[in-house]
Amino acid sequence: MDREEFEEIAQRSRDEAAAFAVHVNICTSSGCVASGCEHVKKQAEAEVQSRGLQHTCRINGVGCQGLCGSGPIVSVQPDNVLYHKVKPDDVADILDHVGQASVPHLELRQDSPFFERQQRVVLANAGKIDPEEIETAMAAGAYGALLKVTTEMMPPEVCKVITDSGLRGRGGAGYPTGLKWGTVAKATNSTKFVVCNGDEGDPGAFMDRSIMESDPHRVLEGMAIAGYAVGASEGFVYVRAEYALAIKRLKRAIHQAEKRGLLGKNIFGSTFSFSIELRLGAGAFVCGEETALMASIEGRRGNPRPRPPFPSESGLWGHPTLINNVETFANVAPIITNGSAWFANIGTETSKGTKVFALSGKVNRVGLIEVPMGISLREIVMEIGGGIPNGNQFKAVQTGGPSGGCIPADYLDTPVDYESLRKLGSIMGSGGMVVMDDTSSMVSVAHYFMAFNMDESCGKCIPCRVGTIQMVELLKRFTAQRATHDDLVLLEELCDMVSQTSLCGLGQSAPNPVISTLRYFRDEYLRCIAPVTESA
Amino acid sequence: MSSVKTLKINGKDVSARTDDTILQVIREHDIFLPTLCHIEGLSAVGACRLCLVEINGSSKLRSACVTQVEEGMEVVTDNERLQKYRRMILEMLFVEGNHVCAVCVANGYCELQWLAERLGVDHTRLIYLHPDKHVDASHYRYAIDHNRCILCARCVRVCGEIEGAHTWDVAGRGINAHVVTDLNTSWDSSPTCTECGKCVQVCPTGALFKKSRAIGEMAKDNHFLPYLKTMREVNKNDR
Amino acid sequence: MVKATEITPPTDDVRWRIVNATMRRYGYMPQALIETLHSVQEAFGYLDDAALTFVSQRLQVPLSKAYGVATFYHFFSLKPPAAHSCVVCLGTACYIKGSEHIVDALADSYHIKHGEMTEDGNFALLSAHCVGACGLAPVAVVDGEIVSGLTPDNAVNIVRGKIDQENNGHGS
Repeated sequence: MDREEFEEIAQRSRDEAAAFAVHVNICTSSGCVASGCEHVKKQAEAEVQSRGLQHTCRINGVGCQGLCGSGPIVSVQPDNVLYHKVKPDDVADILDHVGQASVPHLELRQDSPFFERQQRVVLANAGKIDPEEIETAMAAGAYGALLKVTTEMMPPEVCKVITDSGLRGRGGAGYPTGLKWGTVAKATNSTKFVVCNGDEGDPGAFMDRSIMESDPHRVLEGMAIAGYAVGASEGFVYVRAEYALAIKRLKRAIHQAEKRGLLGKNIFGSTFSFSIELRLGAGAFVCGEETALMASIEGRRGNPRPRPPFPSESGLWGHPTLINNVETFANVAPIITNGSAWFANIGTETSKGTKVFALSGKVNRVGLIEVPMGISLREIVMEIGGGIPNGNQFKAVQTGGPSGGCIPADYLDTPVDYESLRKLGSIMGSGGMVVMDDTSSMVSVAHYFMAFNMDESCGKCIPCRVGTIQMVELLKRFTAQRATHDDLVLLEELCDMVSQTSLCGLGQSAPNPVISTLRYFRDEYLRCIAPVTESA
Repeated sequence: MSSVKTLKINGKDVSARTDDTILQVIREHDIFLPTLCHIEGLSAVGACRLCLVEINGSSKLRSACVTQVEEGMEVVTDNERLQKYRRMILEMLFVEGNHVCAVCVANGYCELQWLAERLGVDHTRLIYLHPDKHVDASHYRYAIDHNRCILCARCVRVCGEIEGAHTWDVAGRGINAHVVTDLNTSWDSSPTCTECGKCVQVCPTGALFKKSRAIGEMAKDNHFLPYLKTMREVNKNDR
Repeated sequence: MVKATEITPPTDDVRWRIVNATMRRYGYMPQALIETLHSVQEAFGYLDDAALTFVSQRLQVPLSKAYGVATFYHFFSLKPPAAHSCVVCLGTACYIKGSEHIVDALADSYHIKHGEMTEDGNFALLSAHCVGACGLAPVAVVDGEIVSGLTPDNAVNIVRGKIDQENNGHGS
């Protein structure tokens, strides 16, 4: 495919869409599937047929629009009306109101902070394109950045743009993406790999799943651009097997991109070739750790190994390997298209761009949000999230999943960036954000995460294998109100020992939920210590 | 590039080959550093975490068995903090299995027991897990008592890397991890085991043992170990 | 010693063709182990010894390694699945909203522990770390369908009702 053909396809798809006066976009992501969007879509298609509107009104299955708590979500264009909790019976009503006032009891007002506070970069096309049709993605600009790099830029220039943008890894640790790309690019080996980490395992996190379901081409394009920049011709997307819909859509997207020549040999007539293979995880959280993930791609047990050597020197089958997570790759195309300065303008001094969060727990508006870095936790929880339900009080917000920590009310005005969250004893993590109210016990929250880490420990190194179960057993004594002061001392010693001596990131960060709750909610632990009864 | 590096271990200047690990240099200079998963001649995995050392005053610890020497490196192998961690690791090994030295076939010949004595582990505050583990004594010559296994995976490596049989591997994960022969079938029915007994000889505890031997006969017969390293290199070059 | 190419599937079940196709796609390389096990589990519902033996021989992976991989990843099951299952989500969002108590209620009702199957193989009570429907928390997946709005009080009736309904639907 060349530039002309590429632009022609995109234009044709835009023309086709423009031929319809009305578009009814129905979210078909997992959240809405769970609340029955498929029935709504079927009903809408039948209704359009029976009204004879099939030439003027198009029903589109689209990606996630964010409000996963009130699905199925339906939007009507060009009226720009958003409906929530739509039942199949509501479809007729919605169609009756097209071009007129909206259906009041279903309408979701878009002038609320939930929409106004967000800034969509990664999710720009989510909810607009049909993730199963590559043409609709191309109409929205997909693969334009790949065209640009392969025809107008040299690989070092691409690395430089990414470096200048200030993009940092969205998988948790926040390692500068450009630096990583540069390291792999400099390796002289002839075989290199690009790996996309889609093994999102944090309970309470569904950002990457949503991106893969809503705009899979964005991820593939980011990987191809990375392949061009670092000199790799093969890529792997590693996705959890539990994400059936994301897998289906990625498979389809890879197939369609190959058919169109956007992946494969001599992309856009250049000398650059790049193919992508999908690999399924199989239910092991530790495979989010990069060395474990590579072991899994190689068909082995997902045991991490000590670093160095880092994957950028010796990764898959010993070859230099670039590993980034889904959201990181999804940021690449817009940076190439709009320039590094544009991206660096969003966010804070050290944390550039936007971040996608999965907001859940005891909060009024649950869902997927994308906000500029530097926004305060208060804005996220109280404004975008609409505060705490049932008149309860905010207690803490948990970020970073099982490797992160709980941030109490006193720090609600902290800006969300890598450094600030770390200073508070939590981490940015991949973007799970779970809100807790005053009815939640922090000791049992700590126990919950510790039990998770224990279940997910691979068992290779002793501190993680035995340390996590020891901590779980100690925390059980606390939740049963029969702990002693000695238990508390031992718990703290274990926190230190496990974090200092474990082999991989999972073990090293496993005690974080306990450390952070001890830091802010120590009195809750103390209240769990049984009073010493004097023997008579 | 120079083929020799100089570094400091516990304040003392030492020299090393470029591709040496810190542990190799330490062993060469007769400095005590506990290890359990490591055994000369098999691949290093850095799993037991006993050989953690401090490097260049950084608080981030590195396992000596998998870390290559670097010019000017300053290594500390022993201090209060490291001792505390090492003792805790040993305590963890004792509480996760069922280790009763007095009735163990390896009593007096057990690396875990030696290290516990040497590091002064005589009691623990950790919680005993008392797991329900079984013994496979189906094989006519050898037996495995999972109660005493510390999952160092030496048997797995010697069987795969030296004998080439790969009868052993680790199954399950986390606290439920355990070593298995083939598809977790009984040892006597193994279609792959060559009965070479190398696994028994590298086992640091009484988990793998030869049947009908009295205590006192338990000294490990490691005559093949000095050759292991060369054999492994030969194997590697063959590949 | 039998050559790897001469190894045939344990039965003449046509589903082995799917498994073979997966291995062929990866050139029968050992790295295809996990993908192949996925394909066995999808075709047969679980991995038995015969399947593990066949796959490991065909991909030239040691038996113990295949077993090690199959038991490392919790997605794989070595036992046949129950006729019906309820997977209660224990993701953070569901946990915060009390899904643990739903597990307890179901466990009491079926007299099994979480993670177990009833003796007759009719029902299994499982849990997942997030099924991705955090917006609807607490949720459970009953025979592949997401059920929301559960409480410890209504969970037993809802789950039992759903399973009865399916049994009747298929049985009559």
